[in-house]
Amino acid sequence: MEYTGAKALVESLKKEGVKVIFGYPGGTTIPLYDVLYDDKDIKHILTRHEQGAAHAADGYARASGKVGVCCATSGPGATNLITGIATAHMDSIPLVAITGQVGTALLGRDSFQEADVTGITAPITKHNYLIKTAEEIPQVVKEAFYIASTGRPGPVVIDICKDAQMKKAEYKHPEKFEHPGYKPTYSGHPKQINAAAKLISNAKKPVLYVGGGVIISGANKEVFELAEKCNIPVTTTLMGKGAFPETNNLSLGMLGMHGTAYANFTVTDCDLLIAVGARFDDRVTGHIERFAPDAKIIHIDIDPAEIGKNVRVDIPIVGDVKNVLKSLIEKVKPKAKNEAWLAQVAEWKKKYPLSYKKTKIIKPQYVVEMLDELTKGKAIIATEVGQNQMWAAQFFKYTKPRTFISSGGLGTMGYGLPAAIGAQIAKPEAVVIDIAGDGSIQMNIQELTTAVNNKLPIIIAVLNNSFLGMVRQWQEVLLNKRYSATNLCNNPDFVKVAEAFGAIGLRAKKPEDVKKVIQQALKSKDRPVLIDFVCEKEENVFPFVPAGQAINEMLID
Amino acid sequence: MKHTISVLVENHPGVLNKVAGLFARRGFNIDSLAVGTTEDPQLSRMTIVVHGDDQVLEQIQKQLYKLINVIKVFDLPPDKSVDRELVLVKVAVNAKNRAEITELVDIFRGKIADVGETAMTIELAGDSSKVEGAIKLLEKFGIKEMVRTGKIALLRGSDTK
Ligand SMILES: Cc1ncc(C[n+]2csc(CCOP(=O)(O)OP(=O)(O)O)c2C)c(N)n1
Repeated sequence: MEYTGAKALVESLKKEGVKVIFGYPGGTTIPLYDVLYDDKDIKHILTRHEQGAAHAADGYARASGKVGVCCATSGPGATNLITGIATAHMDSIPLVAITGQVGTALLGRDSFQEADVTGITAPITKHNYLIKTAEEIPQVVKEAFYIASTGRPGPVVIDICKDAQMKKAEYKHPEKFEHPGYKPTYSGHPKQINAAAKLISNAKKPVLYVGGGVIISGANKEVFELAEKCNIPVTTTLMGKGAFPETNNLSLGMLGMHGTAYANFTVTDCDLLIAVGARFDDRVTGHIERFAPDAKIIHIDIDPAEIGKNVRVDIPIVGDVKNVLKSLIEKVKPKAKNEAWLAQVAEWKKKYPLSYKKTKIIKPQYVVEMLDELTKGKAIIATEVGQNQMWAAQFFKYTKPRTFISSGGLGTMGYGLPAAIGAQIAKPEAVVIDIAGDGSIQMNIQELTTAVNNKLPIIIAVLNNSFLGMVRQWQEVLLNKRYSATNLCNNPDFVKVAEAFGAIGLRAKKPEDVKKVIQQALKSKDRPVLIDFVCEKEENVFPFVPAGQAINEMLID
Repeated sequence: MKHTISVLVENHPGVLNKVAGLFARRGFNIDSLAVGTTEDPQLSRMTIVVHGDDQVLEQIQKQLYKLINVIKVFDLPPDKSVDRELVLVKVAVNAKNRAEITELVDIFRGKIADVGETAMTIELAGDSSKVEGAIKLLEKFGIKEMVRTGKIALLRGSDTK
């Protein structure tokens, strides 16, 4: 069958199971959009900014576990995707970004809306392609989806010249993809697994340190089994939220810069750290030499380059964490209870719980607690970046994977709303809430239109402190309250903004309003609701490990 | 510590950019980099001389493997490999030192590639120590210009990778 390149592209996407594309058209993607115009299987969601499209595809991927797809035109369209691609790259999210490129005859001549997309995206993609002929399209799409979704997932960019979309070529769907330069390791080395099992069976003070890799691999059940079998307390990273039920006794919540004091003490004091799908990020470790100083370290990860990158490791195991944990669970001896260790952990938990002081002004932590309570902990929470993100991590108890959707590695303000849109489209039945700051929400506020047009009942909970709160906190603690460029007292009226976009706008001014407005928002079934929670202005996130300190040296309140 | 690594990559446009970019953004120091085709027209071989301890070397290899276009990466320890570099050196000459320079070139089994009125271009090939030695001795005559290919290397004996 002869197809144009654009038609071949759409057919190939369908073969990969694509149901939805988030995008924004332009000159070099007109051929693609012309094919989409008649297509009945792929739904195109028109965002209002390409950054929104990239984050929405990313949120879709995080909520569903499938590959997210976004698309943009050449030049400014493609460069507007960059923050979204980099966000997905840092958090290992499977994303395929399709960009139009100028015609092959115009390449390299600074043509109108030309940008070197493969050059620009090389450091922020798992792989990228520049397609100059229609013939290549089916093979490249196959490869792109395979690479994006296997091994350590990540974004793949396909940059397609306009003439390659228009020319006709014989369409043949490649069934298989093999590449000599791409062979992820899935099962762990048995010798290493035996050695790890021995260490775990003999440890007196073990702790599991669980990252986003567990969610990607779908290994939450295995983490649970290992923890229960050996009585090992579990701390997760921000990306690992949902990998272990935070309602469980063995849960320590999150560790690191804004982790719980008890998680940080436990990790500092442990004699065995079992890192699973985590990468020893600086926000987790603090001062790296003083991180888990007395511990032996087992590091399980599918990406060999993560092992030994930041810390020395005693037992590295390269493999899919689900596979590795399965073998490990069989080999470890059940613990006759680590009573002394668990008692110590329990004491820290009792002595240093997460807390905040209630006053007559709305506390952002309280809003998050109420969101948890009123959704019975069952919502999908997307976040922006800053204090809102940390409170969303601390005060909502996550129990299931793919329910916490947040830009961890890149820390992208403006991520939450479009990501929530993607998540809601992936999970139409779920309650999806974007926990936002008043600064961040203004970075992609235009996506309210996308949510309204698609009748998505997303709740946007703006924890409005009239500040770029997280930066203000650092200025307060480290710079004696020199609030340079962080005061947002001239914010717009968010309720009116919401209404202007066709969304519902609500406001809570006092603690007693909080429950009421949330309940009201939860009633909306086909329209987004923005709630402006007028919060305490100078509330801080605690615990707080100032950058570069050891994680047991936190400011607790 | 210097290491010589051999990197087999797909012979595609853009691959050199990806490899060079990786070194730059991860802060790995390249001493030299030589690229060319191999016995297989689909593949190119890069020989890269890098600076760093064993941990850095390990990270470089692992990070290179993450590039999809990279097929194989391996270290070439000096005792297990042969290496060569080609250098062209333009040295200032005059009537008095011409003979001395020619003799020196002979000792290093170099060649005189070109002769001008006030300068001579010398071609030198060999392993690092030979090439470095020759350059050092030529310095006193005044090196006007120099170009080096960077090191290329293969494993000794019948082994291939
Ligand atoms: C795109 C982007 N620009 C700047 C920053 C730096 N930054 C981190 S947190 C923060 C403040 C966020 O303010 P707001 O959204 O109001 O949230 P709050 O911390 O008050 O909850 C800033 C500016 C960032 N993370 N992302």
